[in-house]
Amino acid sequence: MTTTIRLQGEVFDVSAEAALLTRGRTDIGAVVTFTGICRADEAGGPIAALTLEHYPGMAEAEIARHVEAAHARWPLLGVTVIHRYGRLTPGEPIVLVATASSHREAAFAAAEYLMDYLKTRAPFWKQVEKAAGKIWVDAKSADDAAAERWSAPAPSHGAAE
Amino acid sequence: MKVRYFAWVRERVGKAEEEIDPPAAVVTVGELVGWLARKGEGYAYAFENPKVIRAAIDKSHVRADARIAGAAEIAFFPPMTGG
Repeated sequence: MTTTIRLQGEVFDVSAEAALLTRGRTDIGAVVTFTGICRADEAGGPIAALTLEHYPGMAEAEIARHVEAAHARWPLLGVTVIHRYGRLTPGEPIVLVATASSHREAAFAAAEYLMDYLKTRAPFWKQVEKAAGKIWVDAKSADDAAAERWSAPAPSHGAAE
Repeated sequence: MKVRYFAWVRERVGKAEEEIDPPAAVVTVGELVGWLARKGEGYAYAFENPKVIRAAIDKSHVRADARIAGAAEIAFFPPMTGG
């Protein structure tokens, strides 16, 4: 499996990253890309910007652990995870998860799995700039629940798609 | 050992990292949180609700009952909000 994990301040190019996953190969039948984007509102109020703090070293290691877990669970041929840090303004991309597999089922499931774990286990913290000042974003219990559902025994995969 | 603080834990403590030398009676991550909370006003504020504090030893998530012996770096931070 081809794995790319990158943390960066700069913007990324979703199409270029997706193209890199399939370049020179003909065994990949499905690429799923998920892009998380900075919204102009948080908790019902407008925001001017978002600043992402992360734990260098642990963030990469934690993402790598979950990519490995996804690879053990689904027949993946490639995974790219890019997470930005620093100050972002509304409309800018924050995170990219791209998964490649022979068939769509594994690519869709693994992308969702990776995003659910990125939200709750990767050491990143969002702070938003509101009119009243800078506020740390609260963790959402819905995100914990989304990650928790993957703890159930994995359904069997490999059926014809 | 080195301790690192992130997000609002860092802001409340007033520093990003420091070297600490807790007494031998401090065995677990949870006990270290209790010990840190008594180091001063900022620490008391940062660790006022130990249940929400997450920890990592040498860049891996650990629970409050994890032992700190042998750790090179322990990090404390709020629940994560990336993605």
